[in-house]
Amino acid sequence: MDEAPTGSDRRGTWKVKAGLAEMLKGGVIMDVVTPEQARIAEDAGAVAVMALERVPADIRKEGGVARMSDPGVITAIVEAVTIPVMAKCRIGHFVEAQILESLGIDYIDESEVLTPADEEHHINKHPFKVPFVCGCRDLGEALRRIAEGAAMIRTKGEAGTGNVVEAVRHVRAVTSAIRRLHGMGPEELVMEAKRIGAPVDLLEDCARLGRLPVVNFAAGGLATPADAALMMQLGCDGVFVGSGIFKSENPSARAKAIVAATTYFDRPDILADASKSLGKPMRGLEIGAIPQEELLAGRGW
Amino acid sequence: MSSRPARRLIGVLALQGDFREHMAALRACEVECRPVRLRADLDGVDALILPGGESTTMARLMEPGLREAIVARSAEGMPVLGTCAGMILMANRVVDGRPDQEPLGLIDMTVQRNAYGRQIDSFETEVESPAIGGSGPAVFIRAPQVVEPARQAEVLAVHAGRTVALRQGNRLALAFHPELTPDRRWHQYFLGLRANGS
Repeated sequence: MDEAPTGSDRRGTWKVKAGLAEMLKGGVIMDVVTPEQARIAEDAGAVAVMALERVPADIRKEGGVARMSDPGVITAIVEAVTIPVMAKCRIGHFVEAQILESLGIDYIDESEVLTPADEEHHINKHPFKVPFVCGCRDLGEALRRIAEGAAMIRTKGEAGTGNVVEAVRHVRAVTSAIRRLHGMGPEELVMEAKRIGAPVDLLEDCARLGRLPVVNFAAGGLATPADAALMMQLGCDGVFVGSGIFKSENPSARAKAIVAATTYFDRPDILADASKSLGKPMRGLEIGAIPQEELLAGRGW
Repeated sequence: MSSRPARRLIGVLALQGDFREHMAALRACEVECRPVRLRADLDGVDALILPGGESTTMARLMEPGLREAIVARSAEGMPVLGTCAGMILMANRVVDGRPDQEPLGLIDMTVQRNAYGRQIDSFETEVESPAIGGSGPAVFIRAPQVVEPARQAEVLAVHAGRTVALRQGNRLALAFHPELTPDRRWHQYFLGLRANGS
């Protein structure tokens, strides 16, 4: 058999960027701050890890400007595991994104958990070869991010709280907005696109597919196996768990249980089994008790 | 594919990964399919697909009874297709995997995980094979590589000097993702493999 030519190999294409997210579906992506935590996450069955200096709960507690993590911390985590590694850059900070791309990160999260660098624009993500995931609170925000080049979407939730209520609000907002598209005529889709601030072509894709045109994960405040299964039953493709694992009493057991809950999300008997004897979950915060200016989900436009 | 019997049920391992895309591809080929998560789901299944995803995650989630049932059914002749992570699961040796990652050993080959590098090295291309009667689109995502195929395995496609598709009896392993393209010829080729060893 002849050796095929390689000149036709195309890297960094939309299919390749969105395709990695397809491979992560049904999985759990875990926040980690050390190589040891990354190995615990991989052992537990995480499909990817998010390499950070501080988990959102600590970012929230310490305050100040939260930036991209030290490349040394990220590289140590990259070297510790065989699964994909993600890292966060600030909203609009395209140079942090360039640095993360040069480190060989597999996915960049342009994240409201860090302090935004641009209060009007997100990063133009199309020129990058590395794919991006972005947060959303509703359908319009999700489609604006996809228009900028995001190949994966997640709900924003309210990171670092251990309270799933905002993630539920955001995924319900997206799914009910997509359900409303059903039966709309072309001229109605144009007006709906104007109303929610979304590109018409992407809104037409949603109407046709009955879902977002990219993979959609839940994120922000998930802390238990039941939280993960709830988000899966609400129609998410997978889950991010940030502070919920390594701020709990027994991270390894909790991580394994959340992985199982994400696969067997529609089997309450298996969920009951997985939820037993996990030790204390993270303490958690009532959203109403957080001062308005400290809420993270409002960041991004 | 005119010789295809009407009632044939194809299982797709649905622990994690892009099992929905495989099921959509099978429906496009007009065969019935079922997600397989537990041992009992394998009963009545005529062939099995191991999808793309993270092989370490799938290996951890596979309950012992399911793992043994797949190996036993495959030994009895049930056709098995593995794509990307599925190919890793089918190998009997994994390089650059985790020490506790025990593959199913369905094909006598050594596979290297993430052989092309990181995500920025993922690519799409065209791969030529007699199995699909020409050239077809192929998406390689953090793809594995066959570093040592068995003598009895038939190499079905080579790309850039690397074996990317091979078959041993009723077991078909692809380093890429035909399920991410609209081209259904690889699935049709797999559906043509029969329990009696076509």
